[in-house]
Formats: sequence, C-alpha cells, structure tokens
Amino acid sequence: MHDHECTCHPGYVHDTLVPQVGIITDIRQETPDVKTFRIEPPQGGKFFEHMPGQCAMICVPGVSEAMFSITSSPTNKEFQEFSIKKCGELTDCLHSLEVGDQVTVRGPYGNNFPVETDLKGKNLLFIAGGIALAPLRSVINYVLDNRDNYGHVDILYGSRSADDLVQLKEIQEVWMNTKDVDVFLTIDRPQDGWNGNVGFVPTYLRELAFDTNRIAVLCGPPIMIKFCLQALQEMGFQKEQIWTTLELRMKCGIGKCGRCNIGSKYVCKDGPVFRCDQIDELPAEY
Amino acid sequence: MKKIAITKLNDLYAAIAQNQSLLLPIKRAGQTNFGIWTEDAEVDLQTLKTVKSAKDAFFPQSENLYTCYKDGKKISIAPEKLQEESFVVFGMKGCDVRGAMVLDKVFLANPVDNYYAARREHGIIVSLACSQPEESCFCKAFGIDCAEPEGDVVTWLTADYLYWKPVTEKGEALTAQVADLLEDADDKAVSEQKAAIAATVEKLPYANISLEGWNGDALKEKFDSPLWEQLYKPCLACGTCTFVCPTCQCYDIKDYDTGNGIQRYRCWDSCMYSDFTMMAHGNNRNSQMQRFRQRFMHKLVYFPANNDGMYSCVGCGRCVDKCPSHLNILKVIKAFGKEGK
Repeated sequence: MHDHECTCHPGYVHDTLVPQVGIITDIRQETPDVKTFRIEPPQGGKFFEHMPGQCAMICVPGVSEAMFSITSSPTNKEFQEFSIKKCGELTDCLHSLEVGDQVTVRGPYGNNFPVETDLKGKNLLFIAGGIALAPLRSVINYVLDNRDNYGHVDILYGSRSADDLVQLKEIQEVWMNTKDVDVFLTIDRPQDGWNGNVGFVPTYLRELAFDTNRIAVLCGPPIMIKFCLQALQEMGFQKEQIWTTLELRMKCGIGKCGRCNIGSKYVCKDGPVFRCDQIDELPAEY
Repeated sequence: MKKIAITKLNDLYAAIAQNQSLLLPIKRAGQTNFGIWTEDAEVDLQTLKTVKSAKDAFFPQSENLYTCYKDGKKISIAPEKLQEESFVVFGMKGCDVRGAMVLDKVFLANPVDNYYAARREHGIIVSLACSQPEESCFCKAFGIDCAEPEGDVVTWLTADYLYWKPVTEKGEALTAQVADLLEDADDKAVSEQKAAIAATVEKLPYANISLEGWNGDALKEKFDSPLWEQLYKPCLACGTCTFVCPTCQCYDIKDYDTGNGIQRYRCWDSCMYSDFTMMAHGNNRNSQMQRFRQRFMHKLVYFPANNDGMYSCVGCGRCVDKCPSHLNILKVIKAFGKEGK
C-alpha cells in the first residue's frame, strides 16, 4: 500500500494520514453493545487489500478517530466489516449512525496473523473472549475459506452472557457446520435457555484439555489473556506456539506519534500481532 | 570559504528573503525564537539557545493535514498542500541540526510522512557555530561538534565578519544566490575561533558525561530499575522538557470544526501527560513514574535500539535550563551510569 503514488500529493508516496470516505452500507446489532458495520468506499468494494489481524482507522469527522480491527476476512472479496463495541465517545457516536451515513477510513495498519507461514498446515486452537472475537473472526474465516491448507480447527469462545456472543449466527450456521471444526461456547454465569457450558474461558480451556499438537491464537481482555496463557502453559504449550494481540492507544497508525510505543516496538506498526515469547521481551507495560 | 561584514548582515537577510522565506532567531518580548525575517525584525544571533528548538521549521507545533467538508451526509476531503517553495533556516546550532537528523529517522522511515518530507526537501539549513557554549550544553557527548556544525551551509560569527562555508549542493545553490554580497576568505580565518570553542567545551561540566551502558541492550534491566522511583519524584508532568526538545516527536491528531469545514490537524503532544495513553479499557502508563521512565528510556534505549545506536538526545541542554523542578536527562544518565554508582 505504501508504495503507491499519492493521489493527493503527486510525486510523493501514498499518504497514509489522509483517509478515504466510507459509506456505511449495513449495520448488524450483534449484542446490546456491539454492532457490526459494513463500510464501503463510494464506488463500492473494499478500501484496500488487508491480511487477517490488520486494522484500520475509522473516524467520524469532528468527533474522533480510533483504530479497529478489520473483522471481515480478506477472502471476502466484496466488502469490509468492523465489529465495534460501544464504550467511549467515538464508539457511542458510531452506534448512533445509520445506513447511508459517511465516515472516513484509512489503513491497513499493522502486521497480521501468520496465516501463510506459522499457521499453515497446523491444527489451530482459537480462544476469544467478548468483543475480541472481532480480530479472530478475520483469521478464522480466512482459514475456513482455505480449508485444505490447515489442520483441525477448535474454537473456544466465551462472553459475559449468551446475549453478548458476537457473530452468533455465523458461528452456528457456518463454523459449527464446517468439516473438522469444533466450536465450544461458554458464558460467565448460568442463564435461562442456555444449555452450553458455564464458566470463564480459562477454566473451560483447562477442562477441554487440548493436546499440544496445535498453534493457539488468543485474543481477549488482558485478564483473560493472562489466565489463558497460564492454562496453556500448564497444558504443555510453549510460548512459541501461542499468538496474541496487544492493544494500546494509537493516533497515527504509522509508528510516529509515540502513543503505542512499548520498548523498541510500536504496536500500530510492529504489532498488533505478537508471539507470546516476543511479548516476554517487551517491558511489562501493556 | 566566504565572508560578509556583520554591518552588511541585513543585506544578506534581504537577499536571501528575496528568493525564499527566511527563518532565523528573532527577539520578541524578551524571548528569542526562530521566526520569519522581516525588515523590522530584531535578529538575535547572540543568544546561544532559542527558547524552543528549530524543530518548528520542519515539524510545526501545529499543522493542518486536511480539511473535511460535510454536505448533508456527504463527506469530502481536501488534503493540505505540502511545502512547495524552498525556505532557509539560518542560525541553527549544531544540536538543533542533529535534532532534525533524529527526526528524519522517525518521519522519513517507511511509511514516509509526506508533510515532514516536503519541508525537509525544501528547507535549506544555514548552521551557526556556537561561539559561547553554556554550562548546560553537552552536545559533545553525542559526537556533535558545535565549532563546526552540520548543515547545508556552515557559518561562524566573529566580531567583524560572518564566515560562510557551503557544504552541500543546496548550500552551494544558496551561496550562488547571494554571491554578490560575499567576499572570498581563508579557511584559516575561523580556525582560531574553532580552537577557542573547543577549549570552552572542554571546560563545560557535562561535555564529557559518559553514556557508557546506554544503548539498546539491557533494556529490561534498566526498565525494572528501582532508580526510576527515586528519580521521577520532583516531576510535575508539565511537559516543558518535551516542548523545548529538538527531538521529541510525539504528536496528537485532532479535529477542529471551523464552522466551514472540519480541520484535521496534528500538534505536539507529550508522553509526560496522563491522558497520552488513556483508552477505553484503561491506561497502560497510569503513574507519573511510568511516564517519566518512558521519556528517558525512549531517548536513551528504545530509540538507539531501532536506529543503529543513535540517541534521541542531542545535548542542547534546554530541558536542563527549563525544568521547573531541576530534573533533566543528565540526572538520569548519571544515576544509571558509572558516575552514579
């Protein structure tokens, strides 16, 4: 992306600080506080090509701008989607928007999950909590759309309640019906009408007792990551087998504004995807 | 080597300003800072350090990136024009010139920041040797020679003359523009001044401060040191150090609704501020100790680790002069270095 000539500044490379206009073409209410937005450029299609795990800056002009993971897979050739939780000034505003409203989008930013290298040919275990399914959905759908390139897939996904499970329709209709894919859902507390597992993700992870012949991809709130990492290691996983993402405040997206600097890394540029042994080398400031 | 009598400096400024804008140290309301030359400007080449560094010339404190117009629901974006005309920054000291080279490592690294790149491309640096380095100066520790700074043209100011030595192609081109005003001079004319500056530098208390042990290595050991807890205590989190610093590059991006278009601008920010890293799920640096540590670890460890050992400090000493709590990078270097042990 960065090598294209800039359309607004001729003679210079593509300027990643200047966004494109995006039109919201679809909104799905996933949970009481999560909506999935389909956003397209005015001419339709995608803003750019991306890889699973990469992010984009979405802005409501005059309100604010923030980094969001691109939840749709690159194998979706038609459009790009973002699952966004209502939890601040910008996301409150995004949740008030309607189909047809316009925002701005710039990206893609950051590295990606190593779908074409480290994950290829392996059995995969995806572990997600709450809204953190958003970045993993991109990888999972990429893997399922290239099914022959990967081994068995297990997906462990938990949330506070049954109402807080994101992308439930796709999980039930697509993921659960794909060959060699097992989906395990869990919620924090018992709830009427819920027949599945009840308990925190790390506890359920231990109960499921996966063998170590697989790569784990872990995404969730910091506390869940901490305990899942502990559980995985007790189960015999090496840190080199576990991938996760970091999330820090970002403004520029290109490793210059200083916000997401941690050690000698910039999470917006060198991350957000890290292998757990790489995270160990960083100062404990995330 | 060329020279011009100091009585004719105004003619030189006017000649330069005829072809491009000229920024140089100007005294206003008792403070000297880089500003655009006009005939009635009070040029001040005597004050060693401008209050703010020359950083603004290439990375302004505030600049528009684009304007966003809304027509009903429809949004359109008009990117800000990049710097297209050349300009001269006259009188930059060795530390500030190196400061620009540190910023190059950040802004010209992929993906390139076009706004900065255009300014660097069109900016011509005329540096000025420091005839009287001050107590708080320690540029020598970073391998900077303030007696012969880097730049497109290097100049020396003596009692009677400004000596002028073009170094780069840009410098030669600028010299050609003002050739009528310059006389030939001998390179030796400034050797006495250079020797005098070197002698002064040797007497400065921090000129030879040791940076031993400060490099990209032992990152976590320094990060986890109990020394930070002692060092940060007087810090008021005012951010002055970051604003006067020639190499601090942290910035914020914000929108301003003018009523006729929403301007997207960026402005200097400071890693010393409590909301710098605040986000919806919390703050990863929520104590002043952590923020204080971040600033110095970045300058002395993280930055060198990413840039072949180049420090993100040039020893200008502005933070030493301006900190209201008498905290500064020297105290940090010393506390960890062999002098502190």
